[in-house]
Amino acid sequence: MKRRRFDLKALPGATAGGIDERMHIASPLRKLMNKVFPDHWSFLLGEIALWSFVVLLLTGTFLTLFFDPSMEEVTYNGPYTPLRGVEMSRAYESALEISFEVRGGLIMRQMHHWAALLFMAAIIAHMLRTFVTGAFRKPRELNWIIGVLLFWVGFLEGFLGYSLPDDALSGTGLRIGHAIMLSVPVVGTWLAESLFGGEFPGGGVIIPRFYGLHVLILPAVLVALVSLHLALLVLQKHTQWPGPGRTNQNVVGERMVPRYGLKMAGFFLLVAAAIALLGGLFQINPMWLFGPYNAAVVSAASQPDWYVMFLDGAARLFPAWEIRAFGYTLPAPFWPAVLLPGIITIVPILYPFLEARFTRDRQSHHLLQRPRDVPFRTALAAMGVSFYLILLLSGANDVIADKFHISLNAMTWAGRIGLLIVPPIAYYITYRVCLGLQQHDREVLAHGVETGIIKRLPDGRFIEVHQPLGPVDEHGHTKLEYGGWAVPKKMNRLGALVPTVRGFFRPIEEPGRVEIEPKPPRGAELERVGRERQGGE
Amino acid sequence: MSTEKNGHGPSHVDPDDPNATRFDLVREGAHRDGVEIVYYAPRFPRPGTRAERRIERFISLLFVLAGLSALAFVVIYIAWPWEYRPGTHASKLYTPLLGLTLGTSLACVGIGIVTWVKKLLPEEVAVEKRHVGESPSDERKMTAASMLYAVDETGVARRPLLKGALALGIAPIGVAVAAPIVGGLIRDPHKDNQLFRTGFDPANNGGKPVRLVREDYSPVRPEDISAGGQITVFPGIPEGVSNKYADSPTLLIHLRPADAAVAREKLNPLNEGSMYENFVAYSKICTHLGCPASLYEQQTNRLLCPCHQSQFLITDNAKPIFGPAARALPMLPIGVDDEGYFIAKSDYKVAIGPSFWERP
Repeated sequence: MKRRRFDLKALPGATAGGIDERMHIASPLRKLMNKVFPDHWSFLLGEIALWSFVVLLLTGTFLTLFFDPSMEEVTYNGPYTPLRGVEMSRAYESALEISFEVRGGLIMRQMHHWAALLFMAAIIAHMLRTFVTGAFRKPRELNWIIGVLLFWVGFLEGFLGYSLPDDALSGTGLRIGHAIMLSVPVVGTWLAESLFGGEFPGGGVIIPRFYGLHVLILPAVLVALVSLHLALLVLQKHTQWPGPGRTNQNVVGERMVPRYGLKMAGFFLLVAAAIALLGGLFQINPMWLFGPYNAAVVSAASQPDWYVMFLDGAARLFPAWEIRAFGYTLPAPFWPAVLLPGIITIVPILYPFLEARFTRDRQSHHLLQRPRDVPFRTALAAMGVSFYLILLLSGANDVIADKFHISLNAMTWAGRIGLLIVPPIAYYITYRVCLGLQQHDREVLAHGVETGIIKRLPDGRFIEVHQPLGPVDEHGHTKLEYGGWAVPKKMNRLGALVPTVRGFFRPIEEPGRVEIEPKPPRGAELERVGRERQGGE
Repeated sequence: MSTEKNGHGPSHVDPDDPNATRFDLVREGAHRDGVEIVYYAPRFPRPGTRAERRIERFISLLFVLAGLSALAFVVIYIAWPWEYRPGTHASKLYTPLLGLTLGTSLACVGIGIVTWVKKLLPEEVAVEKRHVGESPSDERKMTAASMLYAVDETGVARRPLLKGALALGIAPIGVAVAAPIVGGLIRDPHKDNQLFRTGFDPANNGGKPVRLVREDYSPVRPEDISAGGQITVFPGIPEGVSNKYADSPTLLIHLRPADAAVAREKLNPLNEGSMYENFVAYSKICTHLGCPASLYEQQTNRLLCPCHQSQFLITDNAKPIFGPAARALPMLPIGVDDEGYFIAKSDYKVAIGPSFWERP
């Protein structure tokens, strides 16, 4: 019997054929590979969040192999001498073990923590981008809401995560969390007592409960929300900036395979690299310095992770408005720590619908808006950001007061007053800046680009020569419509200047031999194609 | 040849055409997927120019660097002394070196790949059609009919008995599923009046007053604290210092005579008789959000909570004078037993710590 010759070259083809015979997958696979992604730097913000999340899952899995969330009392006897002989929970001891006695454990812990900080930062930046460009408008309201939920689930997941080591700092945070729960009207004591399994800190069940939530339930919720977020993105396709050939009915960009997919892979590696560098070179949460949790001990400058700081700031600033009536108490922390988070969840969720109602806009939008073109929304964003930043800074007002030698009480009052007057000022200024930028765009479209050439007229007047962007009428004005996209404002944007000779330390091109290869302008090509296709149909 | 496929306009090429190039097939495939490749041009129309070779060299260098860096990572991971030792030691560099080599290696591959795509791959502009708005009306009609007919088929509308049975009979199952999950967690916060009791309750000590003890369970005498001094005290009962009695840490302060006179004069009816000579004892748990309000400013007799900066005036019933706290720190009635050690004459008279709903 003759053995069949093994043909290595035919193997991929044969495998692919075999798979298609069984799955009937050729068409859907090609359709996916051909999916077109528009390109802009601001679309990368959400991707940073996605890749940080992947790093979180990977490093987190490693940490679960070593962390023991037990509240059993033990006496530390490890290599870190300052804590030898100290009574602590097994959870804290195992966090110390990860830091000191697991090979590469410290970098994994620090990468996990840094990735969490980056995850939340990227989510906030991405939400801000989505907001100011109007990407949340119909039909993407649901994905916007999922984004808001992702922020809060991430927030909670982060809080649970840094509570797990049960050190003095995180224990203080946990106690604050407990007190916030107590401040909920009517059911507060029941909630707190039930979750903690008794009066604070409970009978040792809270860290194991948090652990279960942190490594299983919330990650599952996050994975589900992220998957839904991405599924909707694929289903509804990406928004794009206006530009030549770009309409509400198409997506202009690059296909996923190979260009966009490879860029995404490269970007994942870059995000992971940034997290690795941060995790290795920059210490974060050195909880061996804080010691185990003890209800009687706290240090000055006890700050939570940065994404929790705005709530801490709110708790610091809010006046002591406690309502006592009929034998019941509405605790003061209810306003800044329960009501405020409630408001900043509900308002963003409703915003897409509110805006559609006020602008009477029921259309589907796939083209983004430049922030300047919608001044009220951009100004609202500035208002929100300034409100948030004041709360964030107030979360560290003791440190600011200490480092800059300012009275602590003055910092608190500055925060209270600032919270009321800065956001409206930010609104007004942003609105005016947007209008100014709009006006400048129109001016350039009508008069052309400033050339920097000053001309003296025969009658002695000086004028600056403008380069019109198109054919001019008898008054020297150009009739150009604003297209919703950047207007060239410098001569080198018009290709009027020779490209600079490149090179950082020394020129890497010889000035005389710079190759100017006239490329066909992409916009013109697109418009030609657009016309042909329209004519053909 | 020009066949209409999927309403996307004329085809570019017949896939079975033996002369069709691979790119022709790609273009035709994209076309059938609703994607037109409208611009496609190599970055370097003349292959092998200096500029192109420079980019190739750059990318190759990055990949080699990535490999070297990864190798360094592995070597450091295995061979570098990593176990913690006190003092200055090479092991202190273990984590930074791992981060540096891993980060460099990943960054080099990342930059290499992105550069490859952006500088070497032909430039492409593809346009994909987007379906805006709702589905065609007949599609919607048929889908709606399929859904509604599914309900019709059950006949739930004309079988009211079933409808009622469904609501009455099935709903409790939801409760039955939820009950054990939620029910197991529920605990009554008022069962032992625990919100209003601390470790200083004489009931914890067989009905006898509880001594104030230091962190090492040693009792405290008035002579131990000089005027203007303060210490943290705990209930002198088993585990009284541990987190089991997280509501009990108390600040025992020896006021200077002048301050003590002010404090005694201002003592409110609730706190009457709670001082012992020039000593006062206040709960250390902040009435705002439960941090230990432990920064004692001797000159102004203020207690500051470092978490949210509530400030309490020791010489006036520890009432809040600045910041977000709304209530005074509760005062522990103290005295001295026969052996001359501090005791709590009774438990705190009001609930300590953060406010809650059921607190009068």
